Amino acid sequence: MTKLTLRAMLLLAALLTLAAQARADGSGNPAPVKEADGMWTDAQGNPTFKIAKDGTVDWYTDIGFLRYGANCLQCHGPDALGSSYAPSLVDAIKTMSYQQFYATVAGGKKDVSNSSNLVMPALGADRNVMCFINEIYVYLRARGDGALGRGRPEKHVAKPAGFSKTSDACVGS
Amino acid sequence: MRLVSNRVMLMAGVFLSSGLMVGAASAQGTTASAPSQSLIQMQANPADWVMPTGTYNNWRYSPLKQITAANVGKLQAAWTFSTGVLRGHEGAPLVIGNMMYLATPFPNIVYALDLNNNGRIAWKYEPKQDPNVIPVMCCDTVNRGVAYADGKIFLHQADSTLVALDAKTGKVDWSVKTADPSKGATGTEAPMVVGDKVFVGVSGGEFGVRGWLGAYSTKDGHQIWRAYSMGPDKDILVDPQKTTDLGKPIGADSSLKTWQGDQWKIGGGDTWGWYSYDPKLNLIYYGSGNPSTWNPTQRPGDNKWSMTIFARDPDTGMAKWVYQMTPHDQWDYDGVNEMVLADLTINGQQVPALVHFDRNGFAYTLNRATGALLVAEKYDPAVNWATKIDMDKTSKNYGRPEVVGKYAPGVQGEDVNTKSVCPAALGSKDEQPASYDPNTKLFYVPTNHVCMDYEPFRVSYTAGQPYVGATLSMFPAPGGTNMGNFIAWDATTGKIKWSDPQLFSVWSGALSTAGGVVFYGTLEGYLKAVDANTGKELYSFKTPSGIIGNVMTYEHAGKQYVAVLSGVGGWAGIGLAAGLTDPHAGLGAVGGYAALSNYTALGGQLTVFALPSS
Repeated sequence: MTKLTLRAMLLLAALLTLAAQARADGSGNPAPVKEADGMWTDAQGNPTFKIAKDGTVDWYTDIGFLRYGANCLQCHGPDALGSSYAPSLVDAIKTMSYQQFYATVAGGKKDVSNSSNLVMPALGADRNVMCFINEIYVYLRARGDGALGRGRPEKHVAKPAGFSKTSDACVGS
Repeated sequence: MRLVSNRVMLMAGVFLSSGLMVGAASAQGTTASAPSQSLIQMQANPADWVMPTGTYNNWRYSPLKQITAANVGKLQAAWTFSTGVLRGHEGAPLVIGNMMYLATPFPNIVYALDLNNNGRIAWKYEPKQDPNVIPVMCCDTVNRGVAYADGKIFLHQADSTLVALDAKTGKVDWSVKTADPSKGATGTEAPMVVGDKVFVGVSGGEFGVRGWLGAYSTKDGHQIWRAYSMGPDKDILVDPQKTTDLGKPIGADSSLKTWQGDQWKIGGGDTWGWYSYDPKLNLIYYGSGNPSTWNPTQRPGDNKWSMTIFARDPDTGMAKWVYQMTPHDQWDYDGVNEMVLADLTINGQQVPALVHFDRNGFAYTLNRATGALLVAEKYDPAVNWATKIDMDKTSKNYGRPEVVGKYAPGVQGEDVNTKSVCPAALGSKDEQPASYDPNTKLFYVPTNHVCMDYEPFRVSYTAGQPYVGATLSMFPAPGGTNMGNFIAWDATTGKIKWSDPQLFSVWSGALSTAGGVVFYGTLEGYLKAVDANTGKELYSFKTPSGIIGNVMTYEHAGKQYVAVLSGVGGWAGIGLAAGLTDPHAGLGAVGGYAALSNYTALGGQLTVFALPSS
């Protein structure tokens, strides 16, 4: 373990607190620290977005937009803003952790009562969703954190080598 | 914290199923049935509203004329009724004698209201349905109403159960399962009864459900025939020599030849729209929906008979003629909208016509006896995916749209964002039905004025899971901020007579009346009355929630009433809730369009209007 000076540690703590105050969601600070095969992760290892000043988004954010549109939009509405009956995920992601998100998508959710008939299906066996769940999470995290506006991201980084092969193998024919 | 593998959940239970649909078409036990004299007679009584479409010809016109262009301004809410159900309320009540019948979205409660007793609840039927059906209903948990015949009320529930209720007591007479909701097959449409048969279809085009129209016995619910939209000739009930397409025999394997491999088994073509019937020709008419998936590259070919108008013999199910409007769909332009049957004078000739306002933005006039194509014109000038329908009988493309490549996602290819296609997937008009007034000879059409970007990509099929394969961004048509129009249409020439712009898509069925007044509802919740000749607004009243129901009228104790269901939802409640943005409008314009959620909220309610007494 590297020994840090007290001053450096204090500075780092202050910076982290500041960042957390400025940008924190259900999974903590979304600041990207590491990249592997096109997916950025934050300091805690959760998938996250990386959006450049000129609006260029990371690959996962871009694919997440697309896959959200085919699998989630029909209930949660365009740009994840909610519909007449399903909640806004832009709001939900602000307090939901990555693990909670994952469990809800895979296992579904039911709120059925005299006054409510809200049911989210369990998508754990749906390859069109589960093969891209990190991408969808990253897109929603970017929307929830206000880092990404409405509509299709205009620019994205190049497709990482091997991405198509991996995703095609996962989705199957 | 640990990263959960996104592949873990897929390890078990993932499979591609072939032979998905159970039950082949069966035409056994068919007996020629006399046309339903009782319903044919009953529909002539303007005091009642005996079927969801008003009359078999789908005119949604009433000869009642106490309410006129001169006095409609004095209209008042006479009484109201809360359905106790939230979410999208499509369809309209029936009125038979002193009873009103209406169905709600899931859980599909049916109410019988006693008009002699201030709308007191005479009986209520509430089925127990597995709530897992809710998320497999593509676009909200709508139900478009019940049908009546022979003292029974027929309901096609969300979970694909067709049930017959005693109209006096609400007691279940019989009940039959028509499809499997765990595969994404659901019931949303209003049944139609002809003779001793009740006709229902199926929803599920976004789940790869192969569509069909089924005839069930009104007496005991047994299936008499079922005609699929695609597959082998024995499944789709066609005669290769006698069934025609634009006047020519369709030949053997007309559907199979237009699909690659077994894709037709999960090929969609669902039948969730409105049905009409011509007693003289003894033919029923309906349309089929989009082919599955939304990614056209995964299903090369014309994908017959998706996107098709069918004319079938109600007794046998055999198709007399077919016409596919959008071969190899690349836009989700379902062909399910209503077929309005009217006798029109075209070029000096009296024609038994069928008029259809398709999702694809073209209004078609056909000869309903022969299936001959007479007129096909855009009913919204914004339509750009095709220049025109080829009307040259000598052309090999006769009857086909001239598709514009740059607006065709199948031409642009997978993973390409095809931009600025008009109309959007919800069509220039969706299921919200038009009305025909035999006095003005005009069709009154609620329309959408919305365009889209369409980006298709490869998807895999899992039974019961969404099978979409495209991402859409929708925005108002260029050159304005109105997302809808209410238009009057001349189907003999294919021309718009007048057009009233509306802030949002008009998602409510129209009603025309002999009083010279046409009614419709708006997504903000207004019931509006306009002059049938000019479109001038004569009356407007804001109901508690957005209107996606159809306006109807009836007479009780000598007085004319107009009724409509409020309850925002459906596709409109999804797409327009947060407001649309225009990705091509440049910086600053984003968010400039109205959000429906700023105007209205959920809530199912019936509002009944009348003129003040005295």
